[in-house]
Amino acid sequence: MTDPTVLQSGTLADGPLFGLPLPELWFGLVFFLLGTFLFLDGFDFGVGALFATLDDDDEREQLLSAIGPVWDGNEVWLVVFGGAMFAAFPAVYANLFSRNYLLMFAILAALICRGLAPEMYEQRHDARWQRWWGRAFVAGSVAAPFFLGAFAANWLLGGAGLASVPAIVVGAAVVALTVVNGAAYLGLKTRGSLQREMVAYGPKAVTAYLGLVVAALGYLYVFDPAVSDSLLAPASVGLVTLTVALAVAYVAAIRRETFLPAMAAAAGMTYGLAALVALLMYPMADPAAGLTVESAIVSTLPLNLMTIAAAALLPLVFVYFGVLYSVFRGPVEAGEAYGGD
Amino acid sequence: MVDPVLASRLQFALTTIVHIIFPVMSMGLAPFLVYFTWKDIRSDDPVYEQLRRFWTKIFAVSFVVGTVTGIVLEFEFGTNFAAFSTTAGELFGGPLATEGMMAFMLEATFLGVFVFGREKVSDALYMVSAVAVGLGTWLSAVWILVANSWMQTPRGYELATEGGQTIVHLSDPIAAYANPRFPWMFVHMQNAAVLSVALFMAGVASYYVFRHYQWKYPVENVAFWEKTLKIAIVVLLLTAPFQVLHGDAYGRHVAETQPQKFAAMEAVWETESYVPEYIIAVPTNLQDLTDPRARELFGIGIPGGASWLASGGDPSATIKGLNEFETEAPPVAIVFWAFRLMVGLGFWFVLLAFWAGYRWWRGELRDDDLLHKSLMASSLLGILAVEVGWIVTEVGRQPWVIQGVMRTEDGVSPGLTGGEATATLAGFALVYLALLTLYGYIVARIVRSGPPTVEGIPSAERDVPVTPGTVTEGTDDD
Ligand code: HDD
Ligand code: HEM
Ligand code: HEM
Repeated sequence: MTDPTVLQSGTLADGPLFGLPLPELWFGLVFFLLGTFLFLDGFDFGVGALFATLDDDDEREQLLSAIGPVWDGNEVWLVVFGGAMFAAFPAVYANLFSRNYLLMFAILAALICRGLAPEMYEQRHDARWQRWWGRAFVAGSVAAPFFLGAFAANWLLGGAGLASVPAIVVGAAVVALTVVNGAAYLGLKTRGSLQREMVAYGPKAVTAYLGLVVAALGYLYVFDPAVSDSLLAPASVGLVTLTVALAVAYVAAIRRETFLPAMAAAAGMTYGLAALVALLMYPMADPAAGLTVESAIVSTLPLNLMTIAAAALLPLVFVYFGVLYSVFRGPVEAGEAYGGD
Repeated sequence: MVDPVLASRLQFALTTIVHIIFPVMSMGLAPFLVYFTWKDIRSDDPVYEQLRRFWTKIFAVSFVVGTVTGIVLEFEFGTNFAAFSTTAGELFGGPLATEGMMAFMLEATFLGVFVFGREKVSDALYMVSAVAVGLGTWLSAVWILVANSWMQTPRGYELATEGGQTIVHLSDPIAAYANPRFPWMFVHMQNAAVLSVALFMAGVASYYVFRHYQWKYPVENVAFWEKTLKIAIVVLLLTAPFQVLHGDAYGRHVAETQPQKFAAMEAVWETESYVPEYIIAVPTNLQDLTDPRARELFGIGIPGGASWLASGGDPSATIKGLNEFETEAPPVAIVFWAFRLMVGLGFWFVLLAFWAGYRWWRGELRDDDLLHKSLMASSLLGILAVEVGWIVTEVGRQPWVIQGVMRTEDGVSPGLTGGEATATLAGFALVYLALLTLYGYIVARIVRSGPPTVEGIPSAERDVPVTPGTVTEGTDDD
């Protein structure tokens, strides 16, 4: 066993690892994790929303098969987002989650619905059973991003309710964004008429997304003097411009039927949204509780340890995802079952 | 309207009690699946493909429900126990974040390959994914138990007051994370999970063996079920005695590190020596049920047994009574009876394992009607033992949420209203009841539809002939 005094008096407790600005890096990492969740599980949610537009059994099965092997892994990014916030900014985790009490449970209920539904849908092949689980799947897939968007808005603006104007607008914007992601993903995973039908929703969703983002920013500019300054900061303006450019690129890629670039553009928009929220919030980490990044960060020793853990583990996680997505690359075959059996 | 402290505690209890069922299934199944996959790849016996595919289905459903209920728990630290999270976050958040990055990611990604990818990947990558999934489930237990064991035997921290709130600072990570309770908890928990799954397998399999050989309803796949039963008996013989022996030593450790909890487990109110250990305690009136007191109970006990347990071999050792601690006692009745139930079940599993092993050895495994019925009746009792074991652990720690550091009532979110907490508690009670029903229904369906048909099992072997004239039903129901 190592002598504990090494850790107490050694470099790990003295100052940040390699003199890095760790509080800022962790603030960034938390939003990176949120963005990754919104991108990866986002296309699962989008597929869930698009599921509602289909009646045909076979086509519905194809949608479920498209996300079957990956959604669980994608959802873990939410767990890691929560874990990272808990580890680096425990006071923010505690304040934010308890303040948004009912909203958090709404997110959880939606995730339960979405997670259970595909598994249940496949267990029995009778029409009524599948109709109801299909509905649960759609409801969960739409409600989860909506409430998550509302949560992000409440976080930034210090609101706490389930329904305020910005919470609803941002919630709707995130739903639209998941459809943007989902349509591009289905471009990669399906073929033929189903593919054409599904990707056609992409450009519509992108328009809706841009409209909602503009509405949210306009609202903030007018009603929230605290943010309006940082809205005009070059970085925020840059991000908004980038989002618009990516939206144009997305539509062009969908038209050309090059779906990988479309996915990339959708990913860019998603990370852009996470970055915008982070930028508008910084240097606060929880504006409503008056906690700044510097004041809410844990002390040096645990922060250094977590940094080492994250630096060692996250690259491995990318390898796992690499394996998963390369095993399941390419379109699902028509008639391919969800359950593998 | 329920008080927010009580509602939060009930809600946490309810949500963990439901959650733990699914990790037990998946952690317990993990070694079996690794073994089945290995044999499926390496041996010519097609029954291993059946075993792998059949139990993978149950694993997959358990995993999904485990995931959706697990996320709830993680969030509840923030929503309901905000003061606890702020105070202990520095120590407590790290293991949870590491659990996510190290364990859940591994498990959830490779599960995709394991469940959906048999046709798409090589044998080697398939084997890797089986091991990765299994390892992932076990690593989840490592990190969550690191967090929980620290709440039982906190070490390696310093207390400071910041902004009117007590904050726990990590001062010595090795002492904190390799705290004395952790190895006990991990071994006891993982062995319990494997034991519980073996009981479940044995119960289900003995039903079909019984149905076929005793009731003479031809069961198409009886060979598969007999194989399952034998594998389960081997595992029972390994895990059941170990659990009891380990539990005995574990008890001593608890007596040393959490004497108040130990006194509650034994219902010792006054400090005494020569305290008996009741193997079977019989409440003679209602009062004994709700307020058990070791000295007043009627039971079959080992004289000096509890003293012996607490001290590691001295029947005259003194046990400090509950009246002598500064804080009030935990709810003794719950802890005392839950502990009795766990121990009683532990001995029952040992008996069951030896009984089944003996019958098998004598070549009478198909014939013992009572054994089959006992196995069937015990299929869910492993999970019950896990539940009551955790109730001993968690309720026995009260009134502390972190032993000796923070009281549970001080850990609850300060802003939480009774209305909100009651609303979510009621919601969970309903949703989780539905969840459990659904899970039971789906598992029952999977079991009833039996193992998948695989190539290489000739139909003659599947339809084992039965004595003519006794058949009352054509085939199995599904
Ligand atoms: C199949 C399940 C099972 C069985 C048969 C047993 N246990 Fe157990 N026990 C558990 C499953 C379990 C558990 C649920 O897994 C616990 C909860 C926390 C832990 O580490 O393991 C536990 C905790 C636990 C504790 C610790 C309480 C604490 O941490 O505060 C003790 C002292 C024992 N057990 C003792 C025993 C003894 C003496 C047994 C048999 C004679 C026994 N257990 C059988
Ligand atoms: C999965 C198995 C578990 C079960 C069945 C379980 C059960 C319970 C029960 C019954 C309570 C209520 C005790 C009371 O208030 O009287 C409780 C409380 C609690 N448990 Fe657990 N628990 C489990 C695992 C864990 C783990 C792994 C952790 C931490 C990582 C944990 C942390 C807590 C906390 C913070 C509370 C609330 C405070 C308290 O009431 O003490 N539990 N649990
Ligand atoms: C009260 C504390 C607990 C919390 C906060 C918690 C948290 C979680 C979370 C967030 C997940 C979902 C992970 C995913 O998305 O894949 C999960 C699943 C899981 N948990 Fe828990 N958990 C708790 C108790 C336990 C205990 C006591 C064990 C076992 C010792 C355990 C073992 C597992 C396992 C193996 C999984 C994977 C899913 C499954 O196999 O069913 N958990 N848990």
